[in-house]
Amino acid sequence: MRIKIDYKNSPLYSLYILHYTFYILHYTLITSYIRKVKFKIQGLKLLETSKYEAVIGLEVHAQLKTNTKIFCGCSTKFGSSPNSNVCPVCLGHPGSLPVLNKKVVEFTVLMGLATNCRINEKSIFARKNYFYPDLPKNYQISQYEEPICEHGFITIEKKDGSHKKIGITRIHMEEDAGKSIHDFGDYTMIDLNRTGTPLMEIVSEPDLRSSEEAYLYLTKLKQILTYLDICDGNMEEGSLRCDANISIRLKGEKKFGTKVEVKNMNSFRNVEKAIEKEIERQIDLIEDGKQIIQQTLLWNADLEDLFPMRTKEEAHDYRYFPDPDLMPVVVNEDWKIELEKSLPELPDEKRNRFIEEYKLPIYDADILTSSINLADYYEKILRVTNDYKSASNWVMTEVLKIVNEQKIEIKEFKITPENLGELINLINNKIISHKIAKDVFNEMLTSNKSPNEIVKEKNLTQISDSSELEKEIDKILDANPKDVQDYLSGKEKVIGFFVGQIMKATKGKANPQTVNELLKQKLDSKKTFNNV
Amino acid sequence: MTIKKEDVKYIASLAKLKFDENEIEKFTEQFNEIISYIEKLNELDTSNVEPLAHPFESNNVFRNDELKKSASTEEALKNSPSKTEEFFRVPKVINQP
Ligand SMILES: [Zn+2]
Repeated sequence: MRIKIDYKNSPLYSLYILHYTFYILHYTLITSYIRKVKFKIQGLKLLETSKYEAVIGLEVHAQLKTNTKIFCGCSTKFGSSPNSNVCPVCLGHPGSLPVLNKKVVEFTVLMGLATNCRINEKSIFARKNYFYPDLPKNYQISQYEEPICEHGFITIEKKDGSHKKIGITRIHMEEDAGKSIHDFGDYTMIDLNRTGTPLMEIVSEPDLRSSEEAYLYLTKLKQILTYLDICDGNMEEGSLRCDANISIRLKGEKKFGTKVEVKNMNSFRNVEKAIEKEIERQIDLIEDGKQIIQQTLLWNADLEDLFPMRTKEEAHDYRYFPDPDLMPVVVNEDWKIELEKSLPELPDEKRNRFIEEYKLPIYDADILTSSINLADYYEKILRVTNDYKSASNWVMTEVLKIVNEQKIEIKEFKITPENLGELINLINNKIISHKIAKDVFNEMLTSNKSPNEIVKEKNLTQISDSSELEKEIDKILDANPKDVQDYLSGKEKVIGFFVGQIMKATKGKANPQTVNELLKQKLDSKKTFNNV
Repeated sequence: MTIKKEDVKYIASLAKLKFDENEIEKFTEQFNEIISYIEKLNELDTSNVEPLAHPFESNNVFRNDELKKSASTEEALKNSPSKTEEFFRVPKVINQP
């Protein structure tokens, strides 16, 4: 006997279906809920970041490129053996007296003029008092109430092409401290070679609103400093240092938030990263209903994070007072005018001239004038050739590619601008093709020969001689009858194949234009012949 | 202006000096004497007088950016109570992250 079970009609099955339906419904509800919550969180985060604005001011210290220290005749040379560039003045021995290096004043005034500052006729030095082992006098000679330059600005250009003026509060002269070396067991070692190295402190207004603006401002300062040739601008080596004061506030708010000082950012990219990180940290704190504590944070480039400074945060009381050892500095109108006259062409001026005089695109002009040495290199090429755009193309692609790959300065680049100009002329005079020129360029990277010498030596002169080329063309056409037929039946694209074959046969020396013309002539003559 | 004991203690701490109560008392008195003596100057009207940065009416005392012989490392370290062959040596100062 067979028992037939009609399970579809069993009550259990109904229960099962019911259960399953509920399950599906439940699942759908839950996932849609999760999605909604997720969306809400992302939305909030966007809202969070857009309702705040950052307020950033930068304090930049630039080591000046003088031969000697600011108040004594010791060398400022980097990398000397420890405590070898020191004397009673920079060691802070009692009874020794500082005498100001005139060049320091000149350099600082030049920077002031280049950044649209007012040059104060009279300025004085002050003592900033604090104890630290690398500060032998227990005070730093700086300028306080009457700095030499005030109320300037520079203009930055943002990615979207818009311009923004960033105010400069003041620029003043001061002396650097020595170096503390901490990884010596239970002691800290002090090297006073750097003590008394002239510094220029450039303080910005709190006009910067993002890490991008801070980066652009700093890059612009470096550009001006190096154009003036008064500072190396090397953040990694410490000849340019930057501290940032950062706070956030709701957009539209006029009052400043509590500011946090960020130090120890030793590259341009780190400045950008550290500021970004600090802005995020402050927004998160405020969003969580917490307070921002006024403090100093140090950037750790390896961990890409900020850490509180581990020293006692005493309220600083520097007790500034005029330094009785130093006379006031007076920059009268005559001296100012004399310095103004000695100002070199500044980055913006040079860039605009490049656009005007050499008819370069803005993009080219920006890159070529990004550093004074690159701009000089470019203009030296133009002493040999007047093909401005080719020269720009060669520098921006081939030259900078090698410079970046080898991580060298343009000054160390093997090919002289004169030789590069000669190479460009060889192309323009149809002596060599562009393709051969690249081979010659590569050859020049390893030899000291001029492009003319290389071309002669290797017999690279372009074949423009028709009869010689015709022979080659005939050979190729004879060897490829099928492709010739294709061409004659209207597939004119095969001409590219023929050009390629001829270039190969002549090792790239054939003048491509001549080849093209001759090919067309020959093939078209076959066409008429065929038709007849 | 009067100087209080707290002011003297604060100034002492800035100078990293330690005094006992008797000394603090004595210095507070002396500080006040000096201040009141100096305060006599406030009787003068100086509203139209430019502040004097230096007793000598001179300015722009410069040297040219020319190298001079430095001291030898040995000489430089001579007066230091704690040193190595090349460095001044001090108790560990930590300010690294
Ligand atoms: Zn010295």
